Amino acid sequence: MSNWIEVGQLEEIPQQGSRVVKTKGFDIAIFRTINDEVFAIKDACPHKQGQLSQGIVHGKKVTCPLHNWTISLESGEALGHDEGCTNVFTARVEKGLISIDLG
Amino acid sequence: MKEKLVVIGNGMAGMRTVEELLKINPELYDITVFGDEPYGNYNRILLSPVLAGEKTIDDIMLNTMDWYEENNIKLHAGKRVSEINRIARTVTASDGLVEEYDRLLIATGSKPFMIPIPGHDKEGVIAFRDIKDVDIMLEATRNYKHATIIGGGLLGLEAANGMMQHGMKVTVVHLSDTLMERQMDSVSGKMLRNSLEEKGMDFRMEAQTAEITGNGRVTGINFADGTSLETDLVVMAVGIRPNIELAQQAGLHCERGIVVNDTLQTYDPKIYSVGECVQHRGDTYGLVAPLFEMAKVCANHLAQMGIGLYQGSVTSTKLKVTGIDLFSAGDFTGDDTTEELVIQDAGSGLYKKLVIKNNCLIGAVLYGDTKEGAWYFQLMRSAQDISDIRDKLLFGESHLGDSGHGGDHIADMSDETEVCGCNGVCKGDIVKAITTEGLFSLDEVRAHTKASASCGSCTGLVEQILESTLGSDYETPESKPLCLCTDHPHEEVREAIRKQKLTSIKAVRRALNWKTEDGCPACRMSLNYYVQSAWHNEAQDDPQSRFINERAHANIQKDGKYSVIPRMWGGMTTPDELRAIADAAEKYEIRDVHLTGGQRIGLYGVEKAVLPKIWKDLNDAGMVSGHAYGKAMRTVKTCVGKQWCRFGTQNSTELGIKLEELTWASWMPHKFKLAVSGCPRNCAEATIKDFGVVCVDSGYELHIGGNGGIKVRATDLLCNVTTEEEVMEYCAAFIQFYREDAHYLERTAPWVERIGLSRIEDVVVKDEAKRSHYAKRFHEAQKISQIDPWKERSTNGVAAHEFTSIKVINA
Ligand SMILES: Cc1cc2nc3c(=O)[nH]c(=O)nc-3n(C[C@H](O)[C@H](O)[C@H](O)COP(=O)(O)OP(=O)(O)OC[C@H]3O[C@@H](n4cnc5c(N)ncnc54)[C@H](O)[C@@H]3O)c2cc1C
Ligand code: SF4
Ligand code: SF4
Ligand code: FES
Repeated sequence: MSNWIEVGQLEEIPQQGSRVVKTKGFDIAIFRTINDEVFAIKDACPHKQGQLSQGIVHGKKVTCPLHNWTISLESGEALGHDEGCTNVFTARVEKGLISIDLG
Repeated sequence: MKEKLVVIGNGMAGMRTVEELLKINPELYDITVFGDEPYGNYNRILLSPVLAGEKTIDDIMLNTMDWYEENNIKLHAGKRVSEINRIARTVTASDGLVEEYDRLLIATGSKPFMIPIPGHDKEGVIAFRDIKDVDIMLEATRNYKHATIIGGGLLGLEAANGMMQHGMKVTVVHLSDTLMERQMDSVSGKMLRNSLEEKGMDFRMEAQTAEITGNGRVTGINFADGTSLETDLVVMAVGIRPNIELAQQAGLHCERGIVVNDTLQTYDPKIYSVGECVQHRGDTYGLVAPLFEMAKVCANHLAQMGIGLYQGSVTSTKLKVTGIDLFSAGDFTGDDTTEELVIQDAGSGLYKKLVIKNNCLIGAVLYGDTKEGAWYFQLMRSAQDISDIRDKLLFGESHLGDSGHGGDHIADMSDETEVCGCNGVCKGDIVKAITTEGLFSLDEVRAHTKASASCGSCTGLVEQILESTLGSDYETPESKPLCLCTDHPHEEVREAIRKQKLTSIKAVRRALNWKTEDGCPACRMSLNYYVQSAWHNEAQDDPQSRFINERAHANIQKDGKYSVIPRMWGGMTTPDELRAIADAAEKYEIRDVHLTGGQRIGLYGVEKAVLPKIWKDLNDAGMVSGHAYGKAMRTVKTCVGKQWCRFGTQNSTELGIKLEELTWASWMPHKFKLAVSGCPRNCAEATIKDFGVVCVDSGYELHIGGNGGIKVRATDLLCNVTTEEEVMEYCAAFIQFYREDAHYLERTAPWVERIGLSRIEDVVVKDEAKRSHYAKRFHEAQKISQIDPWKERSTNGVAAHEFTSIKVINA
């Protein structure tokens, strides 16, 4: 099952930055990398729920603002020697319009 | 299809290169490794403790057979490569097995040199190089009585010591009159010999071996002077020769070693080489630290990142004989142009010699107590000016007062002692990670344990633990690279920014060949600061390279909410301001109102989206951002001074306000606090601030480099001045010099210790032209910088996207 939802234009997110989509239950962070790839993951760090949307985006990774864990934007997994994972949503960009699949 | 990488030599340098490569890009190659020895990769250095019975072979394995399998590396253990065909791009093993390569890495190490005297090929004449040699030696300790080691260098003495631990009678034969003459001067060499003799070792100094005698197996040695010696085993430890035959046969250019360039490529660009087999800029190496540096650079090029240069290494040595502490590095003999500092106490077996040239340490020999070795080595490699600490240099870092890490008691420290407060890592955790994971460097310890990965204040301690756990295997970083994305240290990066006029992070990454496409948080934040501090008129700020607090102009709290702290100039406030704060607190249902340590009021628990609104209300009451969230000038703490206090000598509050007006909204390498006390009773605690003023009858004492944080440090007195104008000028100059010289995230306290008070005096006090140059630059930068960031966002609509969500879904 897929459930695609339009969230906004690519330009609304700064390169190497992130914006938040609020849903009823939780927030989703939408990331834009330096190469304009877009990723969507739950806005909660696997460590202590830090808001990943507030982190620094580098490569296809984000570093959590609270205690510096680095999370893969592709898999939602903590990188390096930390362990943990957050939910990942499929995202796509068509003619500058970002949609995510809430499944 | 993936490219094929073939590695010849399954030793320390080759496998380190593969590990580094896997770290950067695990998917790039199909990797095949040939190793002459029938095992995984082991830590050759630790063969000495294995021989001495202090460790087992299992303890010293670095990469087990499982490791190769897990990483999809095809290992041909026990297979020797006998031919490289550069045209067909294949290698052939001695049993006929052929593998193709796209890139080849030669890491064949070196061979022990066997003196070609008559009898050198008899049974019982061996070298000390690999597990096989150790097995033979251990076997001999069970069946024979007398071993002779030819060569009184590092390796020979470690072999001699090891055999002696098993009850063998051991004689060391040495050509010169000083043991380890390449690492020791005659005094320390003599002390070493005495201690080893006390342990029961015999020496034949200035003796030249002429012949090894025996019928099939060795039974004795004849010397050139006609004397002789009976022995059951001869270990030759007289040096190593780079293992270059294979490369030579393949037509690669070799001199003493396989000649490589700064990217570790041989004359055939498809073929790389690392380790003891290479010759780089005329030097060959026989210690692991430089080989690991080569491995890092080589891996980077193999990973096709195409950057990073190997530029040679300075090395240091320690002898791994339990009970004997010896350290040597650099030029320890000196000449007419050098000076020596020496302590010698034969009674307690202590000797220290430091060689100094042009106010820099260039060599050291330590005997009996080597705990300062790492520090001296660091001073040498960073070529730090030691004139300020010269009188205390011989006594070691811990005698520098507050500056030491107090880490000379590492051995006494219990395993439960917490080393890293940020991540709750204890000494025991770190030692365990080092020994079980086979870690060698600070970065590795950081990655595995997180120790010193956060605030970094325990870095020195972690380095010392590494040092004490690994002994000489520890790689002392040359001058530390800014981060893992580059090999350039801070200074080089800043110099490039100045010289090449680099005004953006991107330009720096391009000019200095960054290894990663868009950097990591560490370099992004540093570079963003460096370009702006050098080119305040022209450099663009990159908000995405700032930590969230500086992007949102508020401090993120652990629940994702923010705190708001408006500026209170010089710690003074008014009923109107207090009313506006009270109103805002009620209107926005602020949970906690707190009096901060910097004499102002903090509102805690604000939703990010509400920030611009609350700022607007505070702006309307005349208040601006307190920058309580930034690597920036924070507060000027004051006492009431002459206005009210019966002891006050000057108007400390008013001066505080002036200083705050001068310095507010300035970005710094780290947070920066000021204070002004009205008299030496110092109620404003000016002597633990980055810049503190203590008013006295005759004027003002200016204090710098204090810190009340994790590690408390009292300020140094910079100078006395007589007028408020001078206070302002000196303050501006000091700040600007700090801003342009300190590393990002280096507070004034460690910075002052690193560069020395006298350099700061030179710039800020003694040289009027320099002082006014820096003060002027500060004023120029402030003209651009002094804009209230809150107003920009609450009223002028800057960065609106930062404070709103892109979409709200109600389903
Ligand atoms: C006893 C001892 C103590 C030491 N102590 C220290 C110390 O305290 N500090 C320090 O820094 N250094 C020390 N060293 C030196 C250090 O061990 C070496 O510098 C380091 O191991 C060299 O690494 P390498 O990869 O260049 O060579 P090696 O580790 O020797 O690896 C080369 C490998 O290539 C294999 N090989 C060679 N030719 C072929 C071929 N044709 N086909 C297939 N395989 C081949 C060899 O069998 C070997 O396994 C010590 C060395 C010894 C022996
Ligand atoms: S520092 Fe001196 S002047 Fe200031 S309050 Fe204290 S006693 Fe008074
Ligand atoms: S001392 Fe500072 S860093 Fe530590 S808990 Fe308190 S506010 Fe946080
Ligand atoms: S919550 Fe993300 S690192 Fe701690």
